[in-house]
Amino acid sequence: MVRKGVAHELDPAAASAVEEGLRLTEKHGGTVTLVTMGISDATIGIRNALAMGATSAVHILDDSVAGSDTLGTAKVLAAAIKKQPFDLVICATESSDSYSGIVHGQVAQLLAIPALTFAKEIAVDGNKISIHRQSESGYDVVEATLPALVAVSSGINEPRYPQLKGIMAAKKKEIKVYTAADLGLGADQVGEKGAREKILTVGRPPKRQAGKVVTDEGEGGKQIADFLAEIKVI
Amino acid sequence: MSDVIWVNAEIIDEKITPTTLEMLTKAAEIGKAEAVLLGPAPEDATQTLATFGAGKIYRCADAVYRDYLTLPAAETLAGLIEKHKPAVMLFASSYAGRDLAANLSARFDCGAITDVGDFQLKDGSVEATIPALGGSYQVTATLVNPGTKLLIVRPKSFDAKASEQPLAVEEVSAPSGDVLKKIHVKERVAVKREGPQLEGAKTIVSGGRGLKGEEHFSLLKDLAELLGGAVGATRAAVDAGWVPYAMQIGQTGKTVKPDLYIACGISGAVQHLSGMKTSKVIISINKDAEAPIFQYSDFGVVGDLFKVIPQLIAELKARKGA
Repeated sequence: MVRKGVAHELDPAAASAVEEGLRLTEKHGGTVTLVTMGISDATIGIRNALAMGATSAVHILDDSVAGSDTLGTAKVLAAAIKKQPFDLVICATESSDSYSGIVHGQVAQLLAIPALTFAKEIAVDGNKISIHRQSESGYDVVEATLPALVAVSSGINEPRYPQLKGIMAAKKKEIKVYTAADLGLGADQVGEKGAREKILTVGRPPKRQAGKVVTDEGEGGKQIADFLAEIKVI
Repeated sequence: MSDVIWVNAEIIDEKITPTTLEMLTKAAEIGKAEAVLLGPAPEDATQTLATFGAGKIYRCADAVYRDYLTLPAAETLAGLIEKHKPAVMLFASSYAGRDLAANLSARFDCGAITDVGDFQLKDGSVEATIPALGGSYQVTATLVNPGTKLLIVRPKSFDAKASEQPLAVEEVSAPSGDVLKKIHVKERVAVKREGPQLEGAKTIVSGGRGLKGEEHFSLLKDLAELLGGAVGATRAAVDAGWVPYAMQIGQTGKTVKPDLYIACGISGAVQHLSGMKTSKVIISINKDAEAPIFQYSDFGVVGDLFKVIPQLIAELKARKGA
């Protein structure tokens, strides 16, 4: 079992993915390996996941991967995941600091395994995985054969808090550190140079004119009604 | 570079999705719009696509696209893209759209730009505008690899407008092979939603963490009812389990653009703002005067929503009666 998480602290979405991995291994056996790409501060988040109960971790720590686009990130994660046997890759659908929501689909394609995305419930039975996949009108029951990748929706579970025993144990758990070169990825594949997506400009959009703000002194509701009348809603 | 822009046409609940038509409108405005429609669809679907600007429609009605996720459609699209080499292919930022674009971007090693709010054809490539951090920044980006550029477009980025094209449909064949049937949709479950829906609502009353609990959403429901609107929520309220995901507005939920948006107990996190900040008029009620939502509001009240909203409801009732 493998999962990915970014950020210095364990991202809430990533914590949900770790929790899901722990629940599945508690039920079916196996181990949870955390896979993450990030700066050295990411160790804090990794220790947190290990304290929750993950077995070990893989940390891709390399300045040359900085500035990777989604596909570059996916290449790094896929290459790191490939280094060990796995049945299931669990990802967060979207990390809290970047919302692209396609890295997991790219990882699955690079690993040539099916991607079960937007999962709000997961069940594993033998070598079958079945999820409830969010849909516009409700959910779909979607099934695949392992190995597979599943991307979990936020709110799929309530991640556990690390207990003192777990925190102590986490200190002794192994964190493997890889560079991009260890994974066979050059500058034409990852980092800013290898990015297929190039940022051209970063600017401020035309600002919305802020309106009037009043403090409620017992008339707040009435004042809103007056405003609604003014703009002819009522 | 050619100016042919493809749109991945999506069907949800037996209808072409609004985002499909929005993307077609934009594509027809700046280039030659064409659509790809895979899987079972209502009879008038191809006509609808032509009406909104598709000069050509690649079509296969095979059920394999409906019954097996991503892989059959990605296989067909990859073949079509290699053969016809459109300049750009657009996908909606939907469940299916993101999965498909992710697959193709890895397959072609070309990457993709996500969360696109606008785009132009420029210098033999594409320049996409991405509202970042809830719209407080605006980023422009391009894709550097040769070949078709893949863009994932936010809903409500463009207004859908008809621009009639003669109906031209090219039938394509479904791919074969069990290897494409790895992700099986066994069942589709419709979850019954109560009350008016967010999609298309002219007025939305929305609640966040400040609502403090599930039971207080009835207050918003009463207000929405008086204004003929729908009730929405922030991710915080959804994650807390107070309301279902279908009500979530924001980056990971729905994007809405109503005439009137009333934000109650919502601080205005960028993730939420990105889903509603293009609303025509925004009114907010929050006890924290420093809440970012006030910077986006046409009218704001700093106060206790449990006092302000009941007074507003009473006032609306009184004025209606008058």
